[in-house]
Formats: sequence, structure tokens, C-alpha cells
Amino acid sequence: MAVLNEEQSMLRDMARDWANEQSPVTAFRKVRDAGEAIGFDPKAFAAQAEMGWTGVIIPEAYGGSDFGYLSLGLVLEETGRTLTASPLGTTALAATSALLLAGSEAQKQAWLPKIASGDIIAALAVDEGPRHDPSKIATKAEKSGDGWTLSGTKKFVAEGDGAHLFVVAAQTGSGIGLFLVPADAKGVSRAPRNMVDARSHAEVRFDAVRLDSDALIGPEDGAALLDQVLDRARAGVAAEMLGLAVQAFDDTLAYLKTREQFGEILSRFQALQHRMAHQFTQIELMRSVVEGALEAVDANRDDIAAKVSLAKATACDTLHLVSREMIQLHGGIGMTDEHHAGFYIKRARVLENAWGNAAFHRERFARLAGY
Amino acid sequence: MATAELTNPADALEAFRKDAADWLAANFPKSLVGKENVLATVEGGSDPDPEAVGWKRAMGEKGWGTPTWPKEYGGGGLSFAEARVLQEEMGKIGAWNPIGGMGVMMLGPTLLEFASEEQKQRHIPPICRGEIRWCQGYSEPGAGSDLASLQTKCEDKGDHWLVNGQKTWTSGGQWADWCFALVRTDTSKKHEGISFILLDMKSPGVEVKPIRMISGTSPFCETFFTDVKVPKENLVGDLGNGWTIGKRLLQHERTNLSGGGSLGRGQGPSLSDIAKHYVGTDAEGRIADADLRMRIVRHEMEAQAFKATARRVMLESKSGNISLGSSILKNVGARITQERAELTLEIMGMNGLGWSGDGFNPAELGATRGWLWGKAVSIYGGTTEIQNNVIAKRILGMLDHQ
Repeated sequence: MAVLNEEQSMLRDMARDWANEQSPVTAFRKVRDAGEAIGFDPKAFAAQAEMGWTGVIIPEAYGGSDFGYLSLGLVLEETGRTLTASPLGTTALAATSALLLAGSEAQKQAWLPKIASGDIIAALAVDEGPRHDPSKIATKAEKSGDGWTLSGTKKFVAEGDGAHLFVVAAQTGSGIGLFLVPADAKGVSRAPRNMVDARSHAEVRFDAVRLDSDALIGPEDGAALLDQVLDRARAGVAAEMLGLAVQAFDDTLAYLKTREQFGEILSRFQALQHRMAHQFTQIELMRSVVEGALEAVDANRDDIAAKVSLAKATACDTLHLVSREMIQLHGGIGMTDEHHAGFYIKRARVLENAWGNAAFHRERFARLAGY
Repeated sequence: MATAELTNPADALEAFRKDAADWLAANFPKSLVGKENVLATVEGGSDPDPEAVGWKRAMGEKGWGTPTWPKEYGGGGLSFAEARVLQEEMGKIGAWNPIGGMGVMMLGPTLLEFASEEQKQRHIPPICRGEIRWCQGYSEPGAGSDLASLQTKCEDKGDHWLVNGQKTWTSGGQWADWCFALVRTDTSKKHEGISFILLDMKSPGVEVKPIRMISGTSPFCETFFTDVKVPKENLVGDLGNGWTIGKRLLQHERTNLSGGGSLGRGQGPSLSDIAKHYVGTDAEGRIADADLRMRIVRHEMEAQAFKATARRVMLESKSGNISLGSSILKNVGARITQERAELTLEIMGMNGLGWSGDGFNPAELGATRGWLWGKAVSIYGGTTEIQNNVIAKRILGMLDHQ
């Protein structure tokens, strides 16, 4: 655990208590069973907003607390532990980052207070295929009059079903631009995609959507901006993954200490002890790099990209391992829907794919280092 | 309030920074930049450089080789913040710490915690001055991972102890002046029958035989004790309390052996640069062997995660306690050290397998020897398997549960 200041410790403790008491895994089960396309419980999200979590990285002038990315990461880790179904990371971290990094004063004033209050949910619409690849964006924004006409289809948009505002990456003719597109704009349609984690991953279609000139965030050739936004989104996802890994491991350890076979508690078998020791080691390494990435973002260091790819690749590998071991070490009970091991491995695989899997980030890490 | 006149802590630290910089400028000879020999603190000196001798004496007298140890025993008496400033100032001018070895890494902290006042006064100052080389008498031919089964006998003969037995893997035993050893003072109990003693290697009955290793070097010895008389005052702590003391010392050892320091320095060319040289690059400047390239990435990522964890453990344990993370660092440090050596060898191909003589450059020969030597890091100071036992038992509580 990173060395935290007093505000961060309080926020972490508050998030942990809330997750344990108000949003345990049984709460996620209810969301899953309800089968709604939005994939979260609006009351739980409202409670999070009420506690100020939607404004953690937003400056006070726009209704936030400006505590920074590590602070929000602590919340995402704690709520990730209990698989809390909420658009918090997507709206209050990923989409918000675009406005914070490059939004005009007018854009910030128009949207940040609403995001901070939880009145609206903003989502990042980037990928157009099943694998994360910002180099394959075909969605087009063409200049028309003094505005833009946007057309294209985004796939697997996290929180796409419940979002009120999309930050859309599109080709402007001079590069990639980011556009603010209200979900109720004419020409926007969405279709839910029912996925293993029972959360929202919508296909969002933009059919000749008319936008004013002030819909563009930052420059018309904003590929570098998109990369910066994605890096923040990736660090946020990695924080949630850390929460999943820690809890999946803790639950597995607790099970090994209660289950008996051959007249012995399973935790006495050395073959299992060493597997747990290995996972514990990997999770410690994962924590260091995930917190390191969030700290790099907060300090606006020049090695954010490398630190984030390190964190995301490590998070993917470690959570992959721990979620598989959770099922294997639970044995048959872990295969049943009644048990929550399945929830963890399902969410884990979705998060592994989100904003680049381990292979994507290893490749990127090598390129950044010049080899 | 009267305290209003006290110096602000940040100002005091800056004042210390200036004092340290001045002292270093006056005492560190520029000719010694880049001439640090880490092995010098363990191995015997071969005609030492007079300037290096003077530097060691100056640092030893100042106590800054052991900067945070108490002044009354010859340490620097610095706070952790001051010690960090000192380290930064040394880094700026390329100064290095000439005081080291097992006395500093392992024995000193243990004596500070467990030894009597007389023992501290006698043994710690020479460690601070780098005058006495210590070696570790732990392992025996029949007591490796199961260290507590050690048999070296230590009998109470009234006015002295009589020690008989054999130790092995004694690092630097052939150069050591003194040995701290775990010995059996009671054969009826396993752990409670072990005591911790200090033994002069010049005592009659001590015999040392270097062991030739697969790397061709002999950094370890077999040490034989035949009717060695040890003064009664050389017992550290209570009779039968050696296992507790010895385990505590191992924690210091494992923290120091994890390789965090050397990995952090970033010495020499990176693996990717070595690979570009030997394997070549494709049109986009990537290492031509795609499979090797990805394994280098995995290794570099793990090395960075290790460094980040070492830093985190250090920050967390600033309060004075040894962090639980030290057990993790030992295993991960070993894994990374060995993986780097294996990758280096693979990259160099047959040139990475030269043993000596013509046809190989010094880096290639060094890679071969380093690779073989590095197999020790997952064995010494508690094998990887023992470390996993420690994590499972002490951190995860996997045996304690009923």
C-alpha cells in the first residue's frame, strides 16, 4: 500500500466500509439477476456521487475535491473488491480525463459540474472492434458549416447503455479528434451487448450526427491527447483489477483454511501453500506498479505512458492467474453459479481486454523504450 | 512558545546537506571515482590503494559508513532523512561507501538489538571502522534449508565454551577475522538447543578450506572447528536463544541479498541494447527476434515492478519495522537476477558460453561466470522454496489455522 496522506486514508476506509456494508458481492448478484442493459444499480451510483466520489479528480471550481488519481484509484480498488457495478471509473475518471486534459473553459463549465454531481454519466467511445486498437479508428468527423458531422460505429462502449454523454474519437482529416456527443443528439443510437460480466458494453452508432464547432475537445490532430486520456483510463481499470485480485485471493485463502480433505485442512498442503505464496508475491508486485502509475499521473511525470503500460500488463497477467486459481482451488463449488468465483473470472477477462490486453501493453512498452 | 526559536526541520536538513557536501569534498579523493570494489569488504585486500585506505579511515572515523547506527558505538548517529541526504550528496560526486560486509549488513543490526552493552562496545565500533571482517557460521553439511538441525557442538567447560563441528558455505571464510555462529548447546531440544556465539577465526582449532564452485571461483569455505576454546563472554543473548537471534539476522540478510541495490543502479548496457548488438534489428528498429524481444519486455517489466516494490517496502518500513515484503523481495530478486543472466547468455549465443582465453571479450566471459554464480541467489539466505514456506506460514497463516 502506497504511503497515503490523511485524506486518502479516510477516503480508502470510507470506500472499504461502504463496499462491505452497502455493496457486497450479493449486491452485484442482484444487478446480474435483474438483467438490465445499463448493468448497474442507479441507487448505488447515486450513493457514490453523494459521497463525492464522482468528483475526486475534478477541481473544486467545477464541484470536485481535486484529490487526484491515486485517491480515485483507492476507491476503485475497494469497490472492485466487491465487484460493485457502477459507472464510476468510466465517467469520473476516463471520460473526465479528456475534459481535464484539453477541455476549454466553456466545455469544463458545461460538463464537469454535472459529472461531479453524478447527474450525468459520460463514457469514452474509442474502439470499433473486439480488440483495443486506437490506430484503427474509422469513425469520421467532417467539417460542415461551422460545425461537424460525425458518422461511425463504436463497439463495446463501457457504460454505453446508461451514458448521457460520449467522448468520441474520430478522424478529422488532420488526425484523430475527440468530440463531445450528447447521447440524445439526433442520429445517436445504441444496442446492448449481453456479456459475461453482466455490465454495460454497448454498440453505439453515430449516423450523421450534427455537432457544433465547440464539440471538439483539444486539437483536430489529437492522437497524443487520446493516448493521454487512454493512459488515465487504463490506470483506473488497473486499480479496479487490483481490487478484484486482492479479494479473489483473500477469498481463496479463506476457503483453503476451512475446507477439509484427507482429514486435513487444505491450507496445510505445501503444494497449495506455494501456489498461494506465488500469487501473493505477484499481487504485491502488481500493487506497486498500479499505485506507481496513478502516482505518475498525479505528478504529471513524463514517463506516464511506460508506467501505465507496465501497470496494465502486470495487472492483466496477475489477475488472470489469480482468477484462474480461484476457480481451481475452490474445486467444484467454484464452478457453480451459486458461488461468486465465476463473477470474478468473468469480470477479470473483460477488464483484461479493456484499453489493451497484456500483449498490447508489452508491445507498447518495448516501443516506448526504443526496442 | 519557547520552541518558536527552534530551527525548522527542513532548514536543519539543508544545513546538514551543506556540512555533508563540505566534508565529502574535503575527504573523498576524486581519483577514487568509479573505483568502488564491493567485494573488498568481504575479500582480502590485494595491495590496497593508499587513497582508498585513507577514504575508508575517514569514513570509519566519521561513522558515516554506518550512518544511522548510534554514535556511542561508532555509527554516524544520523536520522534516516539525514542519511538519505548524505547518500544523495555522495552520489553527486561519485563517492562510495567503503564500509560494508557482513558485519554491516547482518551482524551489526543484530548486535544492536540483542547484545550486551559490553559486547556492543567491543564489536560494533570495529565494524563501523571496517577493521574486522565477519563471516557467518550457519549452514552445515547436514543442515541447509533445515538449518535448525545443526549439530556443531558447544559445551560449557566452566571458564570457556568448547566448540566442535563443521560449518559450510562460509562466505569469505578464508578472509574473515571473526565468525558469528549458531551452535548446539543442548541436544535434547531442537530450536531451543541453539545458541548464538562470536568466535575469533584465529583461535587454535579453526581450519578453513575454500570450495571450488561451478563458476570456477571459491567465495565459500568449509570451516572446521576442533576443540576450539571460546571465552564465555562471547555468547550473545541468553543460552538457548540463538534461533530467535539467528532468524532475526536472516531477515537483515534477506533484505540485503534481494539485489535491490544493485538493480537500482542501472549499471551497464540494458538487455535490449545487448540484444540489438548481437541479434540485430528489423526495419522498424525492433529487436529482430520477436520471441526474444517479448521475453526481454517481460523481464524488464518484472525488474521495474521489483524496484517499485523495493521502494514501497522501504517507505512503508520507515517507521522502523522490517516490512513483510522482505520475503517477497528475496524470491523476486533471485528470479530477476537469474532471468537476466539466462537472457544475456541466450542473446550472446556461443560467445556467452566462453570459459576463458581468446575469442571472447570481458563482458562475454563475465556473463558466463555471472550466470553460473547467480544460481546461488535462489539457494543462499533461504531457498526460494523456504521463502515460499515463510510467506505461506508467517504472512498468510496457512499452518497456524486449525
